[in-house]
Amino acid sequence: MPRWLAAPGALLLTLATLAVTARAGEVQVAVAANFAGPMNALGPAFTAATGHTLKLSVGATGKFHAQIAAGAPFEVLLAADDETPKKLVAEGLAVAGTNFSYAIGTLVLWSAQPGFVDDQGAVLAAGQFEHLAIANPKVAPYGAAAMQVLRARGLADILAPKLVTGESIAQAQQFVATGNAELGFVALSQVAVPGKPVIGSYWRIPPSLYGEIRQDAVLLKVGETNAAAIALLAWLKGDAAKATIQAWGYGR
Amino acid sequence: MTAGDWGAVRLTAELAALTTVLLLLVGTPLAWGLARTRSAFKPLWAALVAMPLVLPPTVIGFYLLLLMGPHGAVGQATQWLGLGRLPFSFAGLVVASVLYSMPFVVQPLQQAFEAIPENALEAAATLRAGAWDRFFSVALPLARPGLLTASVLGFAHTVGEFGVVLMIGGNIPDRTRTLSVAVYDHVEAAEFAEAHRLAAGMVAFALVVLVSLYAANRPAAKR
Repeated sequence: MPRWLAAPGALLLTLATLAVTARAGEVQVAVAANFAGPMNALGPAFTAATGHTLKLSVGATGKFHAQIAAGAPFEVLLAADDETPKKLVAEGLAVAGTNFSYAIGTLVLWSAQPGFVDDQGAVLAAGQFEHLAIANPKVAPYGAAAMQVLRARGLADILAPKLVTGESIAQAQQFVATGNAELGFVALSQVAVPGKPVIGSYWRIPPSLYGEIRQDAVLLKVGETNAAAIALLAWLKGDAAKATIQAWGYGR
Repeated sequence: MTAGDWGAVRLTAELAALTTVLLLLVGTPLAWGLARTRSAFKPLWAALVAMPLVLPPTVIGFYLLLLMGPHGAVGQATQWLGLGRLPFSFAGLVVASVLYSMPFVVQPLQQAFEAIPENALEAAATLRAGAWDRFFSVALPLARPGLLTASVLGFAHTVGEFGVVLMIGGNIPDRTRTLSVAVYDHVEAAEFAEAHRLAAGMVAFALVVLVSLYAANRPAAKR
């Protein structure tokens, strides 16, 4: 190559590399806080299978709803309920027919202290604690489910003064993990991490005490033409993803 | 406005008022000391007071949550004293606000004290005014504009505090749900009308407070 061609040649080579990276796309994903752990495990597997990479934002589902309505650049939403994706479709912010259940959530009552929570949840009625952490029931489906459990046990009014509310289930977990709240309602996936010992004690709450936490994914309008976003939803429906999701304690 | 929102208004006013009073009690001697000291460590003390200006509220909130928790030094001390634990309590918010709003009170006071001419204090000394007398009869009256600025900024900044309260408050109605958290709550839940009522009120409050402050502190010659 003549010398005068060297610089443009290098430029072309760079552009060609960029083009390849662009074909192996990127997806902006809004992930419900309870699913952050499994999604971090699923990300590398998705990249290995498809070449696409994920950019994850973790938060409360209700908050994502408000942000998406305000024009947030998310392309896929992995919600903690099935209502929010339906609403987004109705509001024209998500693509109709793309919502499906990727996981059924499991609620647990957890304490960082071993032996603090019994396997019947009698600790709730005994009330020997100062603070019970939940996710904000207005924006986090797991928080709403926690309130259903308290009502089913007839404890909602008695325990109301002891409730501390995290803005998402991740903050509820953090209140319990630091010991500032003796116990709290969190997702099973936050407590029983595959391959790691469980810290403290927990009660896996019978599904009869709360409405099923059907977690739906949906393709958002922003990502409608992004091949990587479409690939992510297809891949989440597959067997590889299903196995991992079940290993993290979710139904399917 | 709902009863919950009025509760947030009342709580925020109480928190800001109590914080301001405590900060004036703690901050005045601190600012006086900083203004008068010839110690080689003065930059260090001044830097420690100014830290909350630079640190993100998340950093302060994170360390307070650990320190005031059951395994933290402060948490163990308050439990040993029979005071319980500070996170999720009004007292905890007061402690956090005092730390967080410290520079807004100490710095204006320190500047006011530093502006007092040395000879005013010396003249008082030759008239046999003792150290306490010089402070209360000469320094404090001369520092009046600084005192006003410190009080107003301390109060207003505590009203505007958000990140620390969010991290250690637990969003409990009438105890730790301040105005800023209530606004965040409404926005998160897409209750924009409720959010507007509180948010617009806070914009108006901030403007009125700052205009009054700047008007009151205009140099006398220009009035």
